[in-house]
Amino acid sequence: MAGVTYRDDASADNPRPGKLSHWVTDWGGIVIDAVSTVGDIALFTYQMFAWMFTRRPARGTILPNFYQVGVLSLPVVALTGTFIGMVLAVQSYRQFQIIGLENRLGAVINSSLVRELGPVLAATMLAGRVGGAIAAVLGTMRVTEQIEALTTMGADPIHYLVVPRFLACILLIPALTIMADFMGIVGGYFYSVVVLGIDHAAYLQNSADHVSGFDLFSGLLKSFFFGGIIAIVSCYRGFHCEPGAEGVGSAATAAFVMSFVLILGVDLALNILLDSFYYTVWSPEKSP
Amino acid sequence: MSRSDDEADDRQLRDDELGDRERIVEVRDVTVRFENQDVLHRIDLSIERGQTLAIIGESGCGKTVLMKTIVGLIRPTSGSVVFNGRDLGKISRAELTRTRRDIGFVFQNAALFDSMTIFDNVAFPIFQHESVGDDEIAARVMEKLSEVGLPSEVASKYPAELSGGMRKRVGLARALILQPQLVVYDEPTTGLDPIMSDVINELILATRRSYPVTSVIVTHDMRTARKVANRVVMLYPRRRLDPGQSQQLFDGPPSDLDNAEDRRVRQFVRGEAGERIDELMRQTAAISQSWNADSDSESEQAEHG
Repeated sequence: MAGVTYRDDASADNPRPGKLSHWVTDWGGIVIDAVSTVGDIALFTYQMFAWMFTRRPARGTILPNFYQVGVLSLPVVALTGTFIGMVLAVQSYRQFQIIGLENRLGAVINSSLVRELGPVLAATMLAGRVGGAIAAVLGTMRVTEQIEALTTMGADPIHYLVVPRFLACILLIPALTIMADFMGIVGGYFYSVVVLGIDHAAYLQNSADHVSGFDLFSGLLKSFFFGGIIAIVSCYRGFHCEPGAEGVGSAATAAFVMSFVLILGVDLALNILLDSFYYTVWSPEKSP
Repeated sequence: MSRSDDEADDRQLRDDELGDRERIVEVRDVTVRFENQDVLHRIDLSIERGQTLAIIGESGCGKTVLMKTIVGLIRPTSGSVVFNGRDLGKISRAELTRTRRDIGFVFQNAALFDSMTIFDNVAFPIFQHESVGDDEIAARVMEKLSEVGLPSEVASKYPAELSGGMRKRVGLARALILQPQLVVYDEPTTGLDPIMSDVINELILATRRSYPVTSVIVTHDMRTARKVANRVVMLYPRRRLDPGQSQQLFDGPPSDLDNAEDRRVRQFVRGEAGERIDELMRQTAAISQSWNADSDSESEQAEHG
């Protein structure tokens, strides 16, 4: 039959490739896909920023997204924060008691909460709740041609769908992080003072001595980046969703996994940068 | 250059100018390639103003790709699409957005926005392209809903609360709300019962009667093609053709379909599988043979390795 090449026709001319060749082909494919995805995400982010700074968000898109990201995430973030604070108290108490420093529990709980665990765990929780939802909604819109429908009616999908979600994430995820920090502080205080019986004044004094404004600043700065990562990765995955229910599920899963890995990677990079900045600018005598 | 050459060029120029006024869409030598495979190969197609063109063909022949290329949703790998005298590939993004005001698109599954009410769905193109008061928007939306036979109560409902036929009619109302010059329908009757299919066909005809709209309908429903279109183009899958053969097997009025010279057109119109069953059996046999050869070779390698 003309115009159709069957698999056995092709393999008749070409020798069967060996295992090494398969291995090289597979890894080559993975590397090409990874590089192309990074390029795609960079272009997607550029287009999003270009729209964000050239035109106001579309009518009626801001409030629903802010409600979805901010208001609906509040209970789960507050609960997460409370448990983080209490778990820190449980985990640290025995170790500090052995060396007789249990009164210093406030310092370790609150500084690690404000600087590291509050922002990272709140972002992880939001990558699942907000990021997964964004990828699933946009993925469904892609599969059901709603994104193409926007284009045919003269609305740019990146301007209409991505910009409001990005703004909601970068503005409200830091706000939610403050909530997680606050609830963590309350939870840690409650477990340490009320349940474990640590002296109330010593707990507060140690907290005040060891938690600085810079700790709070660095935690909030991280949460801006985490918000941006969650928005861009989730929107990108939703926009590039494969057809079918499985495609939407994969987009939501990939959005969470990719956001989570990037959050941890960016957290490490920001910790190194902020530490260097802090020791260089404010405390040169403490620099190692 | 000789005088006769000049005269010929002038004549060509006059024809082109006249043609641009009469033709709303020109697809010029368009090729669309996905992953090294040409879905459309060197397609030329002119659509005259006021014409209702049905594009038919079996699944995978590229008719939806052609339709999306015509409205600028897919950028051709080579060639150009000219709408109202403007090359869609060469105009700026702002111009393309303005051009979209003149094109309505009815999607196969309506593609209504889930998060919006029916009212907001139908009013969406007005919000995008016009600055008019709320009262006027409401009046136009209600009028359009009534034109497609939907009661005003549906305006406050969400797409998930409507039946497939109602959703399709809302999609039609949304596509027509700005009275576009060109309306493109992607399989408008697929998935509907025969009565509802005929309702959609009648609505397409009623739209044509109400104002001089140009329509492009992608369908494999021959009843729709015969009833609604005044011109039919049949495409054939590129992978099933020899190099050099045209993908456009038929271009003419629907009345000529039954007596088309090409056997494949007559087979498609009558819905006859013909030699395709043998072809599919041969393909299946070849694939099984290839799999068996692969598994034999792997077993040999495992034994020796």
